[in-house]
Amino acid sequence: MKTKEYTISVFTENAPGLLLRVTTVFTRRKLNIESITASESEIKGIHRYTIVLFTTDEMADIIVNQLEKQIEVYKAFKHTNEELVYQEIALYKIRAKSISQADYTEDIVRKFSAKVLSITNDYIVIEKTGYPEETKELYGSLQKYEILEFVRSGRVAITKPMKSLEEHLNEKENIYKSK
Amino acid sequence: MKNRNWYEKKNVSGSEAVILSLLAEKTELLFGYVGGAIMPVYDALYDYIDNLNHILTRHEQGSVHAAQAYARASGKTGVCFATSGPGATNLITGLADALMDSTPIVCITGQVNSKFLGSDAFQETDIISVSAPVTKWNFQVTSAKEIPEAISKAFYIAKNGRPGPVLIDITKDAQQELFDFEYKSTDFIRTYLPFPVKNDLLISDAVNVINNSKKPLIIAGHGVLISDASKELADFVEKANIPVATTLLGMSAMPADHPLYFGMVGMHGNYGPNINTNNADVIIAIGMRFDDRITSNPQKYASQAKIIHIEIDKSEINKNIKADYPLCGDAKEIIQEMLKNVKFKERAQWIRSFRDCYDIEFEKVINNQTKPYSGAIHMAEVINTISEITKGEALIVTDVGQNQMFAARYYQFNKPNSFISSGGLGTMGFGLPASIGAKLGAPERDVILIVGDGGLQMTIQEFATIVQNNLNIKIVLLNNEFLGMVRQWQEMFFQRRYSYTEMSNPNFTAIASAYGIESKKITQRDELADGINLMLKSNNCFFLEVQVGKELNVLPMIPAGESVSNILLTYEN
Repeated sequence: MKTKEYTISVFTENAPGLLLRVTTVFTRRKLNIESITASESEIKGIHRYTIVLFTTDEMADIIVNQLEKQIEVYKAFKHTNEELVYQEIALYKIRAKSISQADYTEDIVRKFSAKVLSITNDYIVIEKTGYPEETKELYGSLQKYEILEFVRSGRVAITKPMKSLEEHLNEKENIYKSK
Repeated sequence: MKNRNWYEKKNVSGSEAVILSLLAEKTELLFGYVGGAIMPVYDALYDYIDNLNHILTRHEQGSVHAAQAYARASGKTGVCFATSGPGATNLITGLADALMDSTPIVCITGQVNSKFLGSDAFQETDIISVSAPVTKWNFQVTSAKEIPEAISKAFYIAKNGRPGPVLIDITKDAQQELFDFEYKSTDFIRTYLPFPVKNDLLISDAVNVINNSKKPLIIAGHGVLISDASKELADFVEKANIPVATTLLGMSAMPADHPLYFGMVGMHGNYGPNINTNNADVIIAIGMRFDDRITSNPQKYASQAKIIHIEIDKSEINKNIKADYPLCGDAKEIIQEMLKNVKFKERAQWIRSFRDCYDIEFEKVINNQTKPYSGAIHMAEVINTISEITKGEALIVTDVGQNQMFAARYYQFNKPNSFISSGGLGTMGFGLPASIGAKLGAPERDVILIVGDGGLQMTIQEFATIVQNNLNIKIVLLNNEFLGMVRQWQEMFFQRRYSYTEMSNPNFTAIASAYGIESKKITQRDELADGINLMLKSNNCFFLEVQVGKELNVLPMIPAGESVSNILLTYEN
């Protein structure tokens, strides 16, 4: 069974306790979540989880069904990387002394399209948005300086197919009304 | 208090709102166990004694199992109350059981004051997190005004779609707070569509496949009973001329004497339907979920057959066995739709193969087990005798293990909804409290509990509940002084190393008598029929202990992980 990277998008009510129900779908099958983010979606009151994991296509389908089985989940989708536009954000806190002595600060920031967010006497904070490989690569380049802290967000992703969530929701409501 | 309006009342406490909400949902009876954090609700209940009957069990596990069986026997939603902390955690087994066996129950638990949430207060448990994996839905109420909507949603969710358990946790301050009560029944939740849309095209494709099939087999599950489709199933089976088997929980969906009914599939099911699962060209699975006790090894399960899977829960489709025709929806509706175009086809040879298999099974297993002429009393002959004397009309409740398998195999069910047992979870201790719920849910029926000496002792305290409520339940203890099913596995797969399965038991009839239950113990074959008649003629609860053979085996058996074709008819150590 071939595993690959899947991004699962889950649209839910903003209900307390739902995060546990969502993660339990993965944990009870001993599937490791690579990253998870949650925020409000384009529709007011509806939240969107973006979950990345490595698994098989069959299991990804089971996961989607099990997520949709949760009462407060509207809809879940699985996507491969090709079907998505996605990004992660990384922040790097570097000891000021170590980097200011180097000549290449500007080069690095330019080369990686990174941003300097903050400069103090003690540290510099650099931000980089991109694919995980890109933020990793920048990490590698910064390693020769003193990295005090490093943090990377989970994935946020937009799907390429054009059918909107609202259309999916209207479908549900129409089915109910036709009953 | 006749003709009261339960839907509106000014200035009521959250506790009274709980009672009014239950009455608005037409609840007549509930089970429970009082304790600190739910005392305000019980205090409110005291004013409604004439409207709402409450059964005090002797353990919270008893109340949740009773609520489950009440739901299954009556077709209504079972309700139970428990207090916070240990009261709530004692419900967990029943919730898990109800989730597995698709049983609609609403459990209401008390919780510590909302001010103390998270402080490890006395009898505080995070029951919402603890119960999340074993409930269809749960919700914590921290303010009185949330109560009507929470309970209304709870009933809607528990009952609609694939039924399941719901838990509502109510903090003590919410129970005491005053507000103006107003109740609206839920008929729509925007995130939850309980009834999937029928796919008419796929249904008609499936009907074509059935009409062209030479060797079709129907496997009817619990879903047939839940959607009240026994009659439609029989019509379908007869119109199309297709052999049918049931799952353990589908038991009684077809009358046992129907010429096209060939028994149960699964680990201890009948020979014919199991063997023929791997000979069929089409399997029509209705309201079942291809549990591993049915499929054994899914890789070697019916791979030659086209699978038509009729199931209301979309997540069950393609979960265990891939469906060629996934028909997602209510069993009754889909069978009715299929009935329109399904055609009769002669399948004499195929149907005869089931009869031949039955003859083999009868000779090698059934006859020896139900009619032994020497040796200790056999569990199968006890069930067979009860079945004959009651003419297959009783409502049979079982515990878990050999007692359950023999009951399912040898009771000849005549009416639908006559078998209440813990299938998916296999909960020992389910039987006795479940018999209470079954009797209260179907008071007009004869309720007979088949229980083993192991399971009985897990919930034996519920004898007191039976006596206090004067319930006419017939309890048949099949006593082999062993945890029989585990012992059987030890014999077959663990070289007879009987590790902690033998039990030194108390004097059960003396215990029954101490509770005030009429009792009798049978040790000889020639006393058996008289003992059963004596039990059935009693107007009260009756406890009949039967001393059965110590080392009996349930056969046939598909050893775990084997193909269903490798079913064993005999076993010699």
